[in-house]
Amino acid sequence: MTLYAFYFLSFLAVMGALMVVFSRNPVTSVIFLVMTFFTIACHYMLLNAQFLAAVHVIVYAGAIMVLFLYVIMLLNLNEAVEKQKTLLLKVAAIVTGGLFMVVLSAALRTAETTYIDTSVVGSARNLGKVLLNEYLLPFEAVSLLLLAAMTGAIMIGRSKKRITPATNADELTPETKPTEAVVNEQ
Amino acid sequence: MNSSLMQNGLALEHYVVLSTALFAAGVLGVLFRRNALIIFMCIELMLNAVNLLMVAFATFHGDMAGQVFVFFIMAVAAAEVAVGLAILTVLYNKIKSTDIDILNKLKW
Repeated sequence: MTLYAFYFLSFLAVMGALMVVFSRNPVTSVIFLVMTFFTIACHYMLLNAQFLAAVHVIVYAGAIMVLFLYVIMLLNLNEAVEKQKTLLLKVAAIVTGGLFMVVLSAALRTAETTYIDTSVVGSARNLGKVLLNEYLLPFEAVSLLLLAAMTGAIMIGRSKKRITPATNADELTPETKPTEAVVNEQ
Repeated sequence: MNSSLMQNGLALEHYVVLSTALFAAGVLGVLFRRNALIIFMCIELMLNAVNLLMVAFATFHGDMAGQVFVFFIMAVAAAEVAVGLAILTVLYNKIKSTDIDILNKLKW
């Protein structure tokens, strides 16, 4: 039963991944990527990693894909705008991808492992214990990273032209006026 | 697949092959498409293939560290997407395109 579920989910995941690559419309690509992410979350369930499955759905399908969809619709991309690569480059890409998969799976297939009782692995309680005991410093560093990324995204994405209506210009204190002038010159 | 390392009839080789297939699909997308947004999505796909393999190894080894690292990779991917999409939006405002054949000023 588990094996059939694995094959079904794997089929959906690989098909979704290929449809991401080959569909012309970026919005269709995003939808197929969401499907792939959901199947990967189901794989996490199969692997007894329930907490990671929940986090995966929330972070990827909930946040990242919505961001992608938002940007695609903001930039108004569609299939008529996008140019395609030449046929030679496409064939080369397919051959390279196929060869890459063959080589990588051949190299990794013989990876040795020892099967241990999985009941201790996967629950949110155990993950939390490991995360907040052994990996507490990286955990805090990740929060700093997210803060830095958020600040960076705002700094990059902000418009250079400041909207300063004439009514607001009088309300500005003398201290802030010079900095406003500097920002406008940049 | 005849393997002694079974978990509900599943072996680690299954996950290795699935992960490499997903990773190869991501590589194929990066090589195949010209839209920078699609390339970005394919990079996400590659990250997820690695995550899946990491969770599989963590489960089969009975080691929680793999899942912790998947957690960190997810956080880094979220940060990467936020900054990358901001850069793409600014670039689109400048050159009105996300075609990577136009975005080649840093290439040589």
